[in-house]
Amino acid sequence: MEKFNIVGSAKTPTINFDGETGILEFIGRSIPENSVEFFTPLIDWLEEYESHPKEETVVDMKLEYFNTSSSKCILDFFKRLEKINGNDTQVKVNWYFEKDDEDMAEAGEDYEAIVSLPFKIIEVDEIY
Amino acid sequence: MAVTDVYNDYLRLEDDQIILSFKGDFTAELLTSFLHILEGKMEDFGTETKKKRRVFNVLTESFQNLYHHIEDLEKEGELQKIKKSALVIVKYEEGKFSVLTGNYIDIDSVDELKDKLTMVNKLNPEELRALYRVRLETNPLSTKGTAGLGLIDIARKSKSKLDYEFINVDTTSSFFCLNVIIE
Repeated sequence: MEKFNIVGSAKTPTINFDGETGILEFIGRSIPENSVEFFTPLIDWLEEYESHPKEETVVDMKLEYFNTSSSKCILDFFKRLEKINGNDTQVKVNWYFEKDDEDMAEAGEDYEAIVSLPFKIIEVDEIY
Repeated sequence: MAVTDVYNDYLRLEDDQIILSFKGDFTAELLTSFLHILEGKMEDFGTETKKKRRVFNVLTESFQNLYHHIEDLEKEGELQKIKKSALVIVKYEEGKFSVLTGNYIDIDSVDELKDKLTMVNKLNPEELRALYRVRLETNPLSTKGTAGLGLIDIARKSKSKLDYEFINVDTTSSFFCLNVIIE
């Protein structure tokens, strides 16, 4: 499966999805006015990936901050991944937050509470 | 406005510790410029990362609330040119940031907005968080990409009660002033 990459901008994160390794990475900030436009191609890629997922899919969320419009799209993204988290294939989420940034840690816990995927909330010195 | 008023305006901005002030039409690109300006200022102030992100968050949500609101009114075609413009002010005083916004709203939507603000102000941080989670899970995203979470998020990130005022300007519109403090 083809890799999917988007270079980050002032309002959108860098996206590195790799169908060969099963690593799906978000880096930066996500604050577009309408996040649906930004997330639609990501969901499209995921739809294709779902038909032949890796044994283990790892989501690396390295977000600096995001707006409420994105928060909903991020949830939809996780909800889609729930479908391939089962006996044959698993999904893990690594949610990174910068030292002392309790808001981002809390945001990870919020998703963990409403998404049926295993979350690891990881403190790092610098997010990227 | 006389040319000497420039000095008075300068003094007013200085006295009120205003670090950013904009009045006019809101475009999507404007937010990027605001964040860029603030980023530089906060670097100079030595603002800690956590607070920096809270200010960015509050400014982004406030801005996008206004942006979508104005977009709505434009579609309904009921807005006079002047009522499309809005005001954003950011103040900085002894480590404390204030994000102030002012914009025209339809007089019929005042009560609904007031109810939302009253509700949000009544909740403590744990209750705000619980409400955010429920809404995140259940609120559908509108076609504009809004999730109805803006005010809850602003209240959560600012960690303070939202200060607001509605000023009735004529029979159809009210001017909505919001002051969000990030300590």
